[in-house]
Amino acid sequence: MTSEGFLLNLILWLPLFGGLVLLWMGGGREAERMAARRWSLAITVVTFLLSVIMFLGFEPTATGFQFVTDVDWLGGLKYKLGVDGISILFVLLTTGIMPLVILASWDVDKRVAQYLAAFLILETLMIGVFVALDLFLFYLFFEAGLIPMFIIIGVWGGGRRVYASFKFFLYTLLGSILMLIAMLWMANYAQTTDIEMLLTHEFPSEPFEVLGVEMGAGVQTLLWFAFFASFAVKMPMWPVHTWLPDAHVEAPTAGSVVLAAILLKLGGYGFIRFNLPMFPIASDQLANFVFALSVIAIVYTSLVALVQTDIKKLIAYSSVAHMGFVTMGIFAANQQGLDGAIYQMISHGFISGALFLSVGVIYDRMHTREIAAYGGLVNRMPIYATVFLLFTMANVGLPGTSGFVGEFLTMMGAFKANTFVAFVAATGVILSAGYALWLYRRVVFGVMTNPALETIEDMNRREIVIMAPLIIATLYFGINASAMIDVFSPAVSDLLQNYHAAVGAPDSLLIQPGGEAMPQPAASSAH
Amino acid sequence: MTPLNQDSLNLLAAAPELLLALGALTLLMVGVFRQTIAGAMLVHWLTIALLCAAGILAWIGGGDTQYAFGGVFVSDGVSRFAKVFIFFGTAVILLLSREYMLRAQMMIFEYPVLVALAALGMAMMVSSADLIALYMGLELQSLALYVLASFRRDSVRSTEAGLKYFVLGALSSGLLLFGASFVYGATVSTDFTRIAEVVALGETNVGLIIGLAFVLAGLAFKISAAPFHMWTPDVYEGAPTPVTAFFATAPKMAAAVLMVRVLYDGFGPEAVPDWQQIVAFLAAASMLVGSIAAIGQTDIKRLMAYSSIGHMGFALVGMAAGTEAGARSVLVYLAVYMVMNLGVFAYILTMRRNDMAVTKIGDLAGLWQRDGFSALCLTILMFSLAGIPPLAGFWAKWYTFGAAVEAGLIWLLVIATIAAVISAFYYLRLVKIMVFDEAADAFDGPMGGEFRVVLGLSAAVMVLFVIGGLGITEMAADAATIYAR
Repeated sequence: MTSEGFLLNLILWLPLFGGLVLLWMGGGREAERMAARRWSLAITVVTFLLSVIMFLGFEPTATGFQFVTDVDWLGGLKYKLGVDGISILFVLLTTGIMPLVILASWDVDKRVAQYLAAFLILETLMIGVFVALDLFLFYLFFEAGLIPMFIIIGVWGGGRRVYASFKFFLYTLLGSILMLIAMLWMANYAQTTDIEMLLTHEFPSEPFEVLGVEMGAGVQTLLWFAFFASFAVKMPMWPVHTWLPDAHVEAPTAGSVVLAAILLKLGGYGFIRFNLPMFPIASDQLANFVFALSVIAIVYTSLVALVQTDIKKLIAYSSVAHMGFVTMGIFAANQQGLDGAIYQMISHGFISGALFLSVGVIYDRMHTREIAAYGGLVNRMPIYATVFLLFTMANVGLPGTSGFVGEFLTMMGAFKANTFVAFVAATGVILSAGYALWLYRRVVFGVMTNPALETIEDMNRREIVIMAPLIIATLYFGINASAMIDVFSPAVSDLLQNYHAAVGAPDSLLIQPGGEAMPQPAASSAH
Repeated sequence: MTPLNQDSLNLLAAAPELLLALGALTLLMVGVFRQTIAGAMLVHWLTIALLCAAGILAWIGGGDTQYAFGGVFVSDGVSRFAKVFIFFGTAVILLLSREYMLRAQMMIFEYPVLVALAALGMAMMVSSADLIALYMGLELQSLALYVLASFRRDSVRSTEAGLKYFVLGALSSGLLLFGASFVYGATVSTDFTRIAEVVALGETNVGLIIGLAFVLAGLAFKISAAPFHMWTPDVYEGAPTPVTAFFATAPKMAAAVLMVRVLYDGFGPEAVPDWQQIVAFLAAASMLVGSIAAIGQTDIKRLMAYSSIGHMGFALVGMAAGTEAGARSVLVYLAVYMVMNLGVFAYILTMRRNDMAVTKIGDLAGLWQRDGFSALCLTILMFSLAGIPPLAGFWAKWYTFGAAVEAGLIWLLVIATIAAVISAFYYLRLVKIMVFDEAADAFDGPMGGEFRVVLGLSAAVMVLFVIGGLGITEMAADAATIYAR
């Protein structure tokens, strides 16, 4: 293990260590609870600083994995970790969001130590998903994350928490086990579980029939669907998205933030890491299938969001719509589409996290998420109104916020792949402006009709401290998009090079690193 | 194959069994002459020591494959692996039974002696290299278990359980013998090596297939694979809890390894296509029955019965592969399964309220608030039973799925997937009841140290299994090399 690899290991395991210490410490008396909160904040902040140090040492122009650890492990598997331009951003997102999550849980009083420990353990598992470079190590982290989230929703959630936690667990489990079978087959076929080697491994694509249905790319199609089942549920894509609104509504605020900001990104990351590079021929053939689902998600869930009466549910449906842009961008399989998808995922991490935190702010005061119970908040909470407006606008995709860059790039990528898809997806932008602004009007503007609102307090210092980094990130990456794109774009163009080599598209379609477009009208309708 | 020496007794190869047999008979004498509770306690402790000694003997016993009693008894890696778990598992069960038996006023010397004899039968089963030896071991085990199931003579449910088990068990033994006679008719031998040689000649004989089907049916009954599982829930529920715990652990290991012996040794690699579909069907049916029927259960012993049916299904998935990896996966699966069940039953045995044993699932409500340590351990065990990584239960499934993929049994894995998700539901329900629900009344008194240790150790094994499989996977791999080709 190199010293660089050691740093990544430290980032990965430190939160778990912190969580186990918390479980052991317990938290009965008030002093102990305070100690537990401070301890977990310290752990998450240190983890974040370490990941920033790693980021500073990261060489963005190089392709391939860095900070690699590679040792043998149980049953012929490897314990292999590493980051590339794509995953390092997700690691930073995770470690950056977690201190805010801990701060947002400051007022939780029920079994504090266990609550915080669950989040810390979850952090290790989420980072693990992004840095694992062994097929089964990835699966391990991917699946194990269900346990803490199940408990977080089930113990600290709202009224229908048990129903929501079961739905969350069983939905995601079914998808994942299908993926496990595919992984076993791949490991058996390729005789390796090393993701780095599997990325360049060619899986057979001779067509055959299964139960009378033609599999266009043979084995690749089957494997593609097995992985798709898992990631589509995690993402979540229409029509397997129904667990998300339930889980969001019942989860505590911090749980919602983790769910929206980080856990939803596991699916997209999986598509980019597995489906696209490992099964390029199947991805190419099934791109239109994914486009169809994505477009339905964008339009349909936006419409569903319009009629919600529960704020959290509305934002949850808007997340599904935004994830539709991500899947559309990924399977457009060109530089803009993929850049946009990754950008959209990271920026959705800030924005949706901030939106759920905003809901948490008023929920903590009023203990209701009904839109009808609010109105006229601007009179009592000017700071809140400003912050909420910013994130509403970012959610809509207003230029100048990070939300715009992602949506724009994914639509540009989709336009090159399939014009019609981009056309329908663009209507989703209008719809999102509709539900988001309407929500804002009903909650913040208007006349204060609910007498209970007359004594509501504006955001306190802690809440402002939580929001500040998210505001800065949203605006900074809205203006200076290349700061982020330059990090992952070499990795993306490397991925696309392999992809197009396998699919057999003309080389001229390739875009040079740096994100500059070179339109090729003749080839753009090839998919 | 090792040439057989028909004249050789080679008693050394069967040293653990001989020790156990002589020891059990001696302890029977001790018990007869000291018919007090103190005497029974003495026999109890001595039996535990005896089982541990036999376990150590099996563990350190020679490395090669050795035959005894003129070739009907084999001591090799697989049998030693199974024996170590059977003997130590049985010893743990006896340790856990002590308090329950004292409270139920069933502390009599016959109990430990019968348990030891059952363990002896199991050891004979996993070492059998001949159809007659197989039957002898199986019956020694079964007769002891019939008596144990009805050990609480004044309880209607216990006697019902014993009778049910006996009638159905006798029927299945009959099926097994019937099948064995067909196999003998087709191959003119009861010796596994000879049978395999005849099968390898390639002349598929209808008699052999019929014999195979009946033998498999008889064995499926013993491991409670669906559709031969009907007795399991009733017997589990009716038998005294320590006996249920025993049923759920060591005999499963013995019967599964016996099945490997018959299929892998007895019919040899050439017969794999003949039996693969039967075993795959048993696996699919058991997984589905185990997971679906368990959903509606309210009694934890009944729930564990269905859980064991389901788990046998998963073990059979690996067995159906018919390869070295398949044999290995069965050993790993059963080992992990035994450890999990020992932990869960260690807690079930302490569930008492107002001095009455309670077994309703609802009694566990809010355990987290009453007893954090036990709730944590049980939660880990439940997630492990559900097969969630990184716990041992996941690795056990990983090995069986891996073997099945290698053998191309993808359709079976799809069914396994569905069953795993359904079964996750009821394990999660137990977690929900323990962790999410409001606390029910506390159970009696502090739980005994031995329960705490077994529960804690078993949970620790589940968590620490990621570290190199704690050596279990390697032991199993070494043992399964005899099926390499």
